[in-house]
Parts: sequence; C-alpha cells; structure tokens
Amino acid sequence: MKFTINWLKDHLDTKLTDEKIVDKLTNVGLEVESFQRQTSEFDQFVVARIISVEKHPNADRLKVCEVDIGKGENVKVVCGAPNARQNLLTVYAPPGAIIPKNQMKLSISKIRGVTSYGMLCSESELKLSKESEGIMELSKNNYSNKIGKNYFANNAPKVVDLSITPNRADCLGVRGIARDLAAAGAGKLKKKNSGKIKCSGQQVIKTKITKEKHQGCSAFGSCLIKGVKNKESPQWLKDKLLAIGQKPISAIVDVTNYVMLDLNRPLHAYDADKIDTEIIVRNSKKGEIFEALDNKKYTLEENMCVITDKTGVLGLGGIIGGTRSATEFETKNILLESAYFEPKSIRKTSRVLSLDTDAKHRFERGIDPNSILEGLIAAASLIQKICGGTVSKNNIQRNEKFKQNRISFPTKMLKSITGFKVLEKEMVKILDNLGFHVKKKKNILDLKAPSWRPDIEQEIDVVEEIARIKGYNEIKIELPEKIRIKPTLNYQQKLFHFLQRSIASKGYLEAITWSFTDSKVNDLFKEEKKEVEIVNPISSDLNVLRSSIFSNLIIYLKKNLERDFKDISIFEIGPTFTGSKPGEQEIVLGGLKSGLVSRLNWIEKERKLDVFDAKRDIVQTLLEIGLESNQISIDTKTPTYYHPGKSGAIYQSSNKSNPIAYFGEAHPNVLQKMELKTDALIIFEIFLDRIKSQKNKLKDLKTMFQYSDFQKSERDFAFVIDKNFKVKELINIISQVDKDLIKAIKVFDVYEGENIEKDKKSVALNVTIQSSQKSLTDDDLNRLNKLIISSVENKTGAKLRS
Amino acid sequence: MSDIIKIKEEYLNKLQEISELKDINQIKSELFGKNGKISNEFKKMGSLPSEDRKKVSLDLNATKNELQNLIEKKIKDIEINEINLKLKNEKVDVTLPERTFSRGKIHPVSQVIDEISSIFSEIGFNVEEGPDVENEYNNFTALNTPENHPARDMHDTFYLDKNKKFLLRTHTSPVQVRTMLQGKPPFKIIAPGRTYRSDSDQTHAPMFHQVEGLHIDKNINMGHLKGCLNYFIKEFFEVEKIKMRFRPSHFPFTEPSAEVDIGYELKNGKIIIGEGDKWLEILGCGMVHPNVLKNVKVDPTKYQGYAFGIGIDRLAMLKYGINDLRAFFETDYRWLSHFGFDPLDVPSSYRGLSR
Repeated sequence: MKFTINWLKDHLDTKLTDEKIVDKLTNVGLEVESFQRQTSEFDQFVVARIISVEKHPNADRLKVCEVDIGKGENVKVVCGAPNARQNLLTVYAPPGAIIPKNQMKLSISKIRGVTSYGMLCSESELKLSKESEGIMELSKNNYSNKIGKNYFANNAPKVVDLSITPNRADCLGVRGIARDLAAAGAGKLKKKNSGKIKCSGQQVIKTKITKEKHQGCSAFGSCLIKGVKNKESPQWLKDKLLAIGQKPISAIVDVTNYVMLDLNRPLHAYDADKIDTEIIVRNSKKGEIFEALDNKKYTLEENMCVITDKTGVLGLGGIIGGTRSATEFETKNILLESAYFEPKSIRKTSRVLSLDTDAKHRFERGIDPNSILEGLIAAASLIQKICGGTVSKNNIQRNEKFKQNRISFPTKMLKSITGFKVLEKEMVKILDNLGFHVKKKKNILDLKAPSWRPDIEQEIDVVEEIARIKGYNEIKIELPEKIRIKPTLNYQQKLFHFLQRSIASKGYLEAITWSFTDSKVNDLFKEEKKEVEIVNPISSDLNVLRSSIFSNLIIYLKKNLERDFKDISIFEIGPTFTGSKPGEQEIVLGGLKSGLVSRLNWIEKERKLDVFDAKRDIVQTLLEIGLESNQISIDTKTPTYYHPGKSGAIYQSSNKSNPIAYFGEAHPNVLQKMELKTDALIIFEIFLDRIKSQKNKLKDLKTMFQYSDFQKSERDFAFVIDKNFKVKELINIISQVDKDLIKAIKVFDVYEGENIEKDKKSVALNVTIQSSQKSLTDDDLNRLNKLIISSVENKTGAKLRS
Repeated sequence: MSDIIKIKEEYLNKLQEISELKDINQIKSELFGKNGKISNEFKKMGSLPSEDRKKVSLDLNATKNELQNLIEKKIKDIEINEINLKLKNEKVDVTLPERTFSRGKIHPVSQVIDEISSIFSEIGFNVEEGPDVENEYNNFTALNTPENHPARDMHDTFYLDKNKKFLLRTHTSPVQVRTMLQGKPPFKIIAPGRTYRSDSDQTHAPMFHQVEGLHIDKNINMGHLKGCLNYFIKEFFEVEKIKMRFRPSHFPFTEPSAEVDIGYELKNGKIIIGEGDKWLEILGCGMVHPNVLKNVKVDPTKYQGYAFGIGIDRLAMLKYGINDLRAFFETDYRWLSHFGFDPLDVPSSYRGLSR
C-alpha cells in the first residue's frame, strides 16, 4: 500500500515530522517497507568532468573523452561537440538513460570503431532549451564538488510503502491508516467529507441479486450519473495517482481508483448505455465466456459471482470488469457500482482463474460492508464535479443484513496476556478512537467492533488492539527461569549429534543439500522404494523427494570433482523419504570418499581407497557412539548401488532383518552413469533411527575393572581354508575355544595364490592367551594350541598350514 | 701380594685403556668365564682352611663387584657413545610435511542449531522434532489459517498431491501442533529443522532452516517472551548489550503478534550486532492464539504462552559473516572448509558457545 504524506494529511491533522510519522506507523504494526521518492528517468543524469580529450582515430570531427563520473573509475565517451575539452564540467547520461528530447534509450555502442559508454548531453537533448550547439557547460563554482551527483533535483514527493498484513483490510485505504495513527496519538482524524450531493430521479436500471446457494454477493449498491463528459482528470487527481505510481486513465476511472485508495472502497463504473436492460448478480454457469478489462478471455466455472445483463456476463464481481460495458471518453451515462462480495467467494474465483487485481485483494480481505453508500456518494460527487451530469438516487439491494461483531472484554485480560497494565479509561479511549462502540460495565467492556475490522472477533483481538496502540515498549522483560521439564535431547537426537561429529572428526566435511532431487539420479539409489513426486517443483531437476541420502551428495561430489578436487570426503545427515505421508521418512547419515590415500606423498605409498577404509570409518564411528564391538555383526547383503563383492551390511545384536549401516565401494555402474572421474569411490550410510538404545545408562553399565598380571603368551596359526569362508567366523570359532584364556585374535595375513590350492586361502592369525588366575605352563599352552587347531579343523574343514 | 689384588690391579688398568665393546667382552670372559680368573679364585676357596675362608671370601666378592660395576659402566658408556655416533647420521629434515591427515568440518547450520539448543537448554527447553512432510491441517488449519484465508498466500507451498492434502512444511510451527496434541501442558520446547517454500532467488532458497520455540504454562505472558528472546539474542551473538525492538505484526497462529528487530551498525562492510541505529528484522513471535490452543486440546482459559520462529540460516549468516544464502546448500568443498567448524567445537555453556 503506497501513499504520500500529503495524501495522509487529507485525513490526519498532525504536527509530526515525516520521519516521526514513519516511526509511528512501524510502532502500531504497519510495517514501512520504504519511504522514498519515486525514481524518475531524470535521476540518471549526473554531473561529470572531462579528464582528457583525444582525437577519434577514425573520424575527424569526433573526440574520445575520458570522463570522471564520480564512481572512482573513469569512462570513455565518444563526443562530437566542438566545446568538449579538458576539465569541462558537463552532464553525463549513462547507458540505459532515456534522452528526453527523442526518448531514445542509450546503450553501450561502437562509434566508428571506438566503444562509447554513454553520452555527454546538450541543453536541447535534455529539453532545457533549443541550444544544440555543443554540450552543456556547468560553472565550476556551483558544480565542481558535485561530480557524480544528480543534475536534476528529484522533486517527486516521498512515498510511504507499507506492507499490510492480511488481517488489516482497513489499512488498504489512506483513511484507515490515518485512523490508526490518530488513535496512537499522532494527530487528529479529520471529519469525513460527508460529500452532500443533490440527487435527482430514480436509478432506473433494475438491479437484482439472485437468491441461490453460493451467492457471492450480499449487497449491491448503484447510482446512475447521466450526461457526463468524460475527460482527462484534473491535475490534482493525476498528481495524486502518479505520485504513488498509478497511471491516470480517464476522470471516471481515476475517480473510482482514487476512492478505492482513499477509503478502501472499490467501485466499478459501467457505461450505462451498454447495459442490456437490467443488472442481475448471479452465479456463473460452467463454460460462460467473458472478456475482461485486462483484454483476456476467461472461461468460467460454475458458481462464480458474476454481474450480468440480459446479454451475458458484464464483470466478475469484486475482481474485474469486462470490456463490453467499459467506460470510454465518449461515455455519456454511467452506472456506478458499490457492492459487498464475500471474501471466500472472491478468493475461490480468483484462484481458479489465477487473477489478481487491486479490487480482489481488498474484497478478499474484507471490505467495510457499511461503506457502500459512502463510496457511491464520494465517487458520484467527484465525477459530477469533474464531468458534470446529474446523479440519481441510490439503489441498494441487500441479500443479508450485516451484523457487527460483539465482544464482551474482561479488562483484566490485557495484563494477563501482555504483562503490563493500562487504565480502563485509556483502554476505552483507544478503542473509541479505533472506531469501537464501547459500553462500560463492571470489569468488562461491552464492545461492538467497527464494521471495517472483520478481523476482530474475540477478546484476544481486543488485547492486540490495545497493546499495539499503547506500544510494545510497554512490555517489561521477565528474566527466564531455569526450570527444566524434560531432558534437552532424547536418545535419537543425541545419536544424531554424536554421529555427525564422529564422522566429521574422521576428515569428512558436512554438507546440507536439498531434501528434493533429480528423479533421474534418485533412480540410481531408489531400490524398491516409492518415488515421491512434488506436484509443483521449483525446477524439473528437483522434482522428487530424495529416496536416498546419496541422491544429492553424488551430484555435488561430481561438481567438486569437476572443480578439480580429487580426494573428497563429504557427508550429510538428514531425512530420506519413503512416501508422501507424514512420518514416511528416515534419518540417514551418508558419506562419500573419493580418490587416493596419500596422493603425491613423499613418505607414504599412494593407494586407492577401498572397502576397508569405509569399514574402518564406520566401525570406529559405531563404537564411538556407544555400540559394543560384540554387538555388531556383518553380512554381504547390500543395495545394488554398492559393489556386490566389496560391500557389507552391519546389524545390531540379533536383529538380522534391519541393517543399521552399509559400507563399501560404489558400484562401477554408478560411477559410469554419473560420469564420475575418480580413482576410487567408497560410500557408507548409517540408519540412525534403527539403532536401539542401550537399556541402561553408562553409569549402570560400567562393571568392576579387572586385569591380570600373569604371563601373557602369543601363538601364531596359519590355516588353509575355503576361499569363501568368512574370516569373522573363523575368529568366532577360535574365541569360543576358551573364552577366559583367549584375550585377543589378530588377523595378520590373508594369502591366495602360489602354493595354495585354487579354491582355498591361507589365513594367519595371532592369538593372545592369558589367564587371570595363574601363570600358564607349557603344557597348558600346548593343550590350548591343540584344542584351537582341532576345533578349527573339525568345524571348518580347514587345515593347519605346514 | 695376594692373587686377588694382583688380578684386581691388572684389570683395573686394562679397563682404563680400552674403549671397544669386544675388548670389554674379552675381559669379561677372562674374569668371569668358566675358566675366568675370578671364577677360578672362587673355585680355589673350597680348599682353603676355614679360618682364612671368610676373609678371602669377603675380598673376593668385593673385587668381583668392583670389577663388574666398572665393566657395566664401561659398557653403558660405550653404548651411549655408539648411540650418539649413530644419531649424527640420523638427521632428517623435519620441515618436510607430516604424514597426511584431513580435517573434517561441521556445517555452519548444524553448528548454529547446536548453539541454539545449548542456549535454550540452559533455560529448560527441550528439543522436539517433526516430519518434513506434513498434512495441510497441521501446517495451516490447526494453526488458525483456514483454507480460504489470504494468509496462506504468504507461504509458497510445495505440494505432494493434487488435492493439496500433503505438503512440505512451510515452517516448523506444525511441531507445536504435534507436541501439544501428544502431551499435556506445560510445554517448553524448541523445534529446529528443515522448512520449504517454493521460491528461489538470491535471498530465498527453496529449503531453509527454522527454529520454533513454544512455552505454554499458566501465567506466561509477553514479558516472558521478551525476556526469553532478549536472553537468547544476547547469548547467541555473545554480546553484553543488545538493542531489541518489538514491533506489532500479524501471524494467524499468534495474537498479539510481534516482529523483533535488533540494532546493528556496519563497520567496514561487516554487520556489528548490538550497536548502531539500524534495525534488522530477525524473527517473528507472539502469544499462541486461543484458536490454536483449542485445536490442540489445550484449554485457553487455563493455559497460555508464547511461540516464536527464527530463521537459522540467517542467524548463521549474521553471526559468521556469510553473505550468500544459496552457498549453504551448494556443497562447494572450498566453502565448507572455510565456513565449517571443527567437530571438537561442541557449543556448550561451560566451554563457551564458540571459540
């Protein structure tokens, strides 16, 4: 909503400065977006100084001037003026400026092979005089300190631009704004121009609102103005509209716009001679076609509120008029409409037709239903003043009677909500100034809300009115109390933080990417999950919710590879989606690492990343977040985007159906389809919602610490075993042989090839043996040795390597 | 002179002169080997008369100890000399690069979420979360924004079905609804998370982060709201003084509603929070609307309280001097390394919010 301070002063007697008024607006809740002059095309022209002049290399009469335009950097301008000379102060027009004389828009152009940035202007080009001989010469005294400043003063009035919240329909008119300011003590609201008007004769065009379901019009007021002479608006009216950026059209249209902006009362003027017989306000029929004033044809749906005559649709009520009954300069007789349309109906219609107009914006938020007559009189008297003619009596058809909202307001509620006190007397004054009808009772104010405030329905609305007019500065700070109701984080939330920082501490950079992604990339990681489409995506490559944490990460990995980074470690922790209903989502941590270990390193041998790098990061992380190594089990069932032979799934304790993590090398197909150029790519993901919390807290879990000082022994074994036999099982078998004595088992070699049968491998293990009761004798150790060998050989078919 | 003294003097002299390990080992075996001189003396002792035996034994042991100590000292000296000699040839250039390591980083948005959680934890708030996909009721209707309300236009919404029943939440406020429907008052929560709106330009991203705050109890009023936010802003920006302005505004789910501005000034192109006479809008808040309380089965005649919503990304930008919102989500390796935080920097009250 835009207006000038002068326009405001039509309604408000105030001694406040413009700046104080702007502050006041902010304080009562009318947010000032800006307070500045409308930019003018003359703002482009600035004072400039010619630094140096050279002859144009290809034209005798042209010069190339180096010009200081006050921006720190000089520009080159080609100029043909004979008076262009060093140190001359003149007027410069940059590319983009429109030259007043010929309305030409300047652009950067080559003049005989030399690029010219803008132009130096003569008086005639600026329409200052007929003088076209040479460029302007400005006096040193007046202009030498104004280089870069505007040459033309901008005399346009400053315009206030308010961002009006949807509850404040009344402030979409200047008078409503003035009323708020007056209530807040910024001045006195002027009495209304009760605009008395001499009416003669009846409004002879019959008007009728049909009684039907979904009728969107509850009141239709009109008057007829006969014998007008439509013309351009007088200067004062044009200026008012121009100042806020509205284009004057004709007196009749301008007056209706003016009344709308002034009083928030939308009106419509029909050329009465174009109306066929009578006006009927009814619901539209499906398929009716109507040509609107925006020169577009609309095909209507059922039950839209239309203003019609015998021939057909004249206008969409409260939204836009039609071309068939539009006023023109030749129009002699007009029918002026001032009506009330239901916000819901307006909103529905405009959404279906994707139509937004100033009238729609206002009716949608709720117009004062009691302003029908006021609007008719205000507009008719202005039209009569400007265009002459005779005004008929008003005709107002009503379908429903408007009821004002009644609220009985307990005065103690104000303090209970805001924490500050306002005297009852002051409350009454504020409400009265805002247009409430107030009746005092004991501890209660019986209120009738003003008809222009449909947003005021209940007590809390009244609290807000008093509080905002009194000012939020009244609210006193209450220091926060340190009372905790629940622990700050629950188990899953703690896991989130632990995981995030644990992975980051292993050299990964945390990324946050969109929750939506490109369905084509998502397909690579979607597996059996449902695709969740966005109906109105922001672009076609962000058209689905991500099914996997990798769907976006892989795209950004690619971008970083293309930036010539090779060894990249990134991760993200966030939601992935399995469906389009609330809750069909899962939090996943996904990590990607590309390239080589120890690339270009003087001390370490460089090598490709492999599955065991991924396994180290993920296992260490799981232990760090509180899992025990004996709770973790691993198998090889992984999704298709993992390398089928070099990836694993991790399970927590006995739950074998729902892995808590995957790790491995990426499937070569993924690299190929994404056209990733990297030496190696390892990926892993952790499904944190699936990780079960420990039953007990750490303080209950810690057992007594026991250690043994008896002699420790180590024994090495090498078994030749089936190639496919899982080493982890081998380790389990050995550790089962004697859980008390066997303290640790290390795998120090795995070998296939020469001297080993083709379908076998050799696994070398180091076993640490220690008793907590005694020093073990050679006999003890030998017995255990044999037991280990026999157990392994019996249970696995392995043979001790000789 | 007894044999013992002879041996002793002879070998003390010898030991003085030698400096090679092999010579010492030679002497060691000459003295203490199977047929070594000292060993032989011990053997001889058996044949001595018992009255002499005691004295000889004493002498012999003393000599043995003296020689042994000397030998051992000699050996140590030689070893140390050898080590020193060896070290002379073992110099490396320690200015060569260390073995590789790489530094991981926490995203600024995550860091700021942790900072916010730490601050609110101090005054007893707990963290609640809700789904990113919401139904239209929780996102709008329950929050006093019915279907035909123009306030819905303030949110450009991503929809997941043609009937507009399911959507990506446009704010974190639906977490209020879920929390209150699932529990009983009092409520004292913050709800950080991802939020979505279908506009995208320099200052808007289709996804961004908000933190919702909600405190419902008996007798909670706007003074508590102001106090809570004043505390939060001071703690978050880690400044002593803060200029804060409450300005009336409108949100369908709170009434009275306010927008909060903080004072700032520009110094060398950087925003300095807390000083100066410029205002920066940083959040929206208000008293939870009675209609909302009714919708979530909380009796508005018994309970009342406040709610607020803060843009997390914007807070991160202001605090850490980041000027491009879209860069947050573009995963540029250089950007993440530059603006990210060390994983050991866990914001807490005792260690401080930030380094």
